Amino acid sequence: MSDMNTAMVEKYRNDFLKEVEANVEEGHWVKMCMQCGVCSGSCPLGPHWAHPPQEIFMMIRAGKRDEVLSSDSMWMCTSCYNCIVRCPRELPITHIMHGLATYAKRLGLAPKNQPTSQFSEIFWNNMMKRGRVNELKLGLSLYFKDGFSQGIKNALANQKLGMNMMKAKRMSPAEFFGGHGVKDISGLQKMIKKAEEIELAKLNANK
Amino acid sequence: MTEVVATNETILVVGGGISGMTAALEAAETGKRVVLVEKRPFLGGRVSQLYKYFPKLCHPTCGQEINQRRIKMNPNITVLTMAEVTGLEGEPGAYTATVKLTPRYVNDNCTACGECAKVVEAEFDNEFDYGMSKRKGAYLPHVMAHPMQYVLDPRIIGTDDAQKAKEACKYDAIDLDMEEREIQFPCGAVIWATGWKPYDAAKIQPYGYDRFENVITNVEFERMADPKGPTGGKIIRPSDGKEAKNIAFIQCAGSRDRNHLFHCSRICCMASLKQTHYVVDAYEDAQVTIYYIDIRAIDRFEDFYQNVRAMDNVSFVKSKVANIITDKDGNPICRGVDTEGYHRYENTHDLVVLATGMEPSVSKSDFPVDIVINREGFIEPDPANGGVFAAGSASDALDVNRAVQHATGAALKAIQVVNRVAGAEG
Repeated sequence: MSDMNTAMVEKYRNDFLKEVEANVEEGHWVKMCMQCGVCSGSCPLGPHWAHPPQEIFMMIRAGKRDEVLSSDSMWMCTSCYNCIVRCPRELPITHIMHGLATYAKRLGLAPKNQPTSQFSEIFWNNMMKRGRVNELKLGLSLYFKDGFSQGIKNALANQKLGMNMMKAKRMSPAEFFGGHGVKDISGLQKMIKKAEEIELAKLNANK
Repeated sequence: MTEVVATNETILVVGGGISGMTAALEAAETGKRVVLVEKRPFLGGRVSQLYKYFPKLCHPTCGQEINQRRIKMNPNITVLTMAEVTGLEGEPGAYTATVKLTPRYVNDNCTACGECAKVVEAEFDNEFDYGMSKRKGAYLPHVMAHPMQYVLDPRIIGTDDAQKAKEACKYDAIDLDMEEREIQFPCGAVIWATGWKPYDAAKIQPYGYDRFENVITNVEFERMADPKGPTGGKIIRPSDGKEAKNIAFIQCAGSRDRNHLFHCSRICCMASLKQTHYVVDAYEDAQVTIYYIDIRAIDRFEDFYQNVRAMDNVSFVKSKVANIITDKDGNPICRGVDTEGYHRYENTHDLVVLATGMEPSVSKSDFPVDIVINREGFIEPDPANGGVFAAGSASDALDVNRAVQHATGAALKAIQVVNRVAGAEG
């Protein structure tokens, strides 16, 4: 083979499917998709996605790495599980979408300022502080993520919801001062740290 | 009722559909004695409920008539209708079969004059039309029924209707004292030709078969197209009787779906392509849409598919419909995303036909015989089955042509077993 041919083969080798299989949680299922379209048609948020799941799977197989990983589509998944329930081949589509989103974020390719991505990060940091979600602080950090004055506007707009949650004891103003948590928070944090190490080691081994 | 004369060289055929009839005839015409057991009151099975065959678009009554005549003429075949095998003991070359005979309440004197049906008032859902029409409590199962004898529905026994029927019969053919009987007889080999049944479409929740009147199955559509069927051959909407000209076929309704049937049912693509002909022949301004994952018109059927594909008023949408809703007029609306461009669609039709798949008619747990069954519920060709062989769609989802070929093979296997018995007995 000529040098240029070798270079071209290396550069354009269609191996994105293998990358997904190796690095994305449940990614090995992607090749099982038979392109029937039931997932895309069943998705309640379907019309709002740039690429519905069926198309994402086809794009992965077609080697459209950048288009897939920088897409905001998988971030649109609300985990309603309608696609998993109906998929004739039992693909865990919801999990694959989350796996793709996680992988894209880890590579730094996830779209910036994507609301679901931002919320996920706020949620995770909030929960990791005490091992339980602090609803009050979660709500506040979400309201104020775009600055103070927007935060006040958001808070006022959702005032009624907040009051109702307090009435129903789903949220407490006392949460502002510390809030509830698990018994052994350092144990939980150690456990998560270990899991992250294992996950990272796995990814590094695939490099 | 017929007494069964059988020996260890007799072949028992279970199921009198196209496969069972074929296996019985092939074996009997080589000189073997055959007992053919059929659960329904007539031979012919589901094929007799079809309007036309693919690919020639000829009528099954033609071939059925030939088979019925061959059976009638052959002294080697004993036919038991309304009979079910409930047990089988023994080993190849020496089985004892137990058969339960359900009373027909009509004897061989019956000339099918129909006087009994005229006087009986009670009506029931007609199984032959999948419940789309009614029949009397005294009835001929269908116009081509073999044996050509009426049947009294057990639900009228003990009522005035039964008495009226008896009094109306000029030939003393009605015997209200018939009782259920159990008989036992020997046989050397068994052919299991119990066939298939349509998958229960109501289980496919998003398609709303149980909620929407204008969503029907392909077997019901077949009856609708038949001039002797519930609508006299008119293709109409069940909800309001209007002509159904804009019809959608949804392929793989239940098949190739791990939530329903694991297997591809093989016949449904060709069945829908065939039924497209019915629609196009019936209405000049017909509009047919076929929603599919991929069209499996196997081997020589490709031409048939290409001919339908070339029709101006037929469109193919490469997509499995995600769900069906209806508008205020009862028009079903198919929703989904297609694979050729990922376009989201919401198409309104007059009628939706679900191309429901085939599942074995005997469920795994109900086999009275110890037999090897695969994950899909079909009978495996396994040496552990001894002298018991599957024929036709008891072995796999098969079309008529392949079922007949398979049944001929099963007959040969059974013949080999009884030949060994004959050899041993000298």
